[in-house]
Amino acid sequence: MQIRKWILSLVLALPMSAYAQLPHFSLSIKNHRFEPSEITVPAGERFRLVIDNQDPTPEEFESRSLRVEKVIPGGSKGSVTVGPLKPGAYQFVGEFHESSAKGTLHAK
Amino acid sequence: MLGSAVVVFRETLEAALIVAIVMGASRGVAARGRWITGGVVLGIVGALIVAAFAGAISEAVQGRGQELFNAGVLLVAVAMLAWHNVWMSSHARKHVAEMRHLGHDVSVGVKPMSAMLAVTALAVLREGAETVLFLYGLMATGGSAGLALGGILGLVGGTAIGVLLYFGLLRVPLRHFFTVTGVIVLLLAAGLAASAAGFLVQAGLLPALVNQVWDTSGMLDVGSLAGRMLHVLVGYNDRPTGIELLFYVVTLVTILTLMRIFGARSTRTARAQAAKEGAPA
Repeated sequence: MQIRKWILSLVLALPMSAYAQLPHFSLSIKNHRFEPSEITVPAGERFRLVIDNQDPTPEEFESRSLRVEKVIPGGSKGSVTVGPLKPGAYQFVGEFHESSAKGTLHAK
Repeated sequence: MLGSAVVVFRETLEAALIVAIVMGASRGVAARGRWITGGVVLGIVGALIVAAFAGAISEAVQGRGQELFNAGVLLVAVAMLAWHNVWMSSHARKHVAEMRHLGHDVSVGVKPMSAMLAVTALAVLREGAETVLFLYGLMATGGSAGLALGGILGLVGGTAIGVLLYFGLLRVPLRHFFTVTGVIVLLLAAGLAASAAGFLVQAGLLPALVNQVWDTSGMLDVGSLAGRMLHVLVGYNDRPTGIELLFYVVTLVTILTLMRIFGARSTRTARAQAAKEGAPA
């Protein structure tokens, strides 16, 4: 039992600690719009994108070019691991309000 | 109205295509309608529960609960589809013979149908939960009759494509029918496994290996209707990561190998049986 617990904590701890060390970039959603709607991140690195949904309604953060798809309930934060990206522009949307919730991520 | 129709259509389409495949793959089974309806109902109930706890699921496991949940649901569905295909590889011939001989549906027992019930329920659950959250958001901000109508249109449209796929499948001659559904189930399972890998990368639990193996989004965008359908049916991805490709291939090879092993074993058993009865094999 003890050994199993030890192995489990090791297996979980490794990715968890790597996860905590990733650089973070933040976006918020307000009135079904992204703030900021343009964001610049370093190319060639993995990072966490934190999305703070300040609207009372859920939103689905989606980008096919960044390969992310995540529902963020109203009044909560969600984060996704992205990259490493090639330099370029990557579009993202709030799928539930696609007409207003649009933005671009620039990898440089 | 159009906005809500489009979102609901997208979510419904994936579930409807999977249900159509499950209906096809369980052709000739007595009471399969009841099993699959049961799966849809369970999936809807599950979707409501998941949507109600969406906040708690999202915040679980250091904010990675949603990805782990999605990956888990997908991988269970993969296991069920794999098991069904392995089961069919050793029973399909007998199944078709019985269907022909009796001229009506046959009972295959509870096991393969409970796997198909689970696949149906999981597909409806995953897509349904997102639809419920979307519609909840619309209603919370003062939903209009137009939005509700849009939602219904989306639901009807997505379901209609599932129905078309099912009737398309039925046109395949019975002799080849289960070979065709077997291949579709195999590719569906491999595609779902690749999607599970995608969620695990998004959660930061798996490396992408190669961030983009190819980019065919200019040729066939996975966001287009054809792209979405192929994504469900064969696991098409216009910009796959290395790990998604790896999950796809490993799942494909694993299921095929199991089908070969169990298919060969059933052929041997049938021959031995025939020899024992003194009939030529």
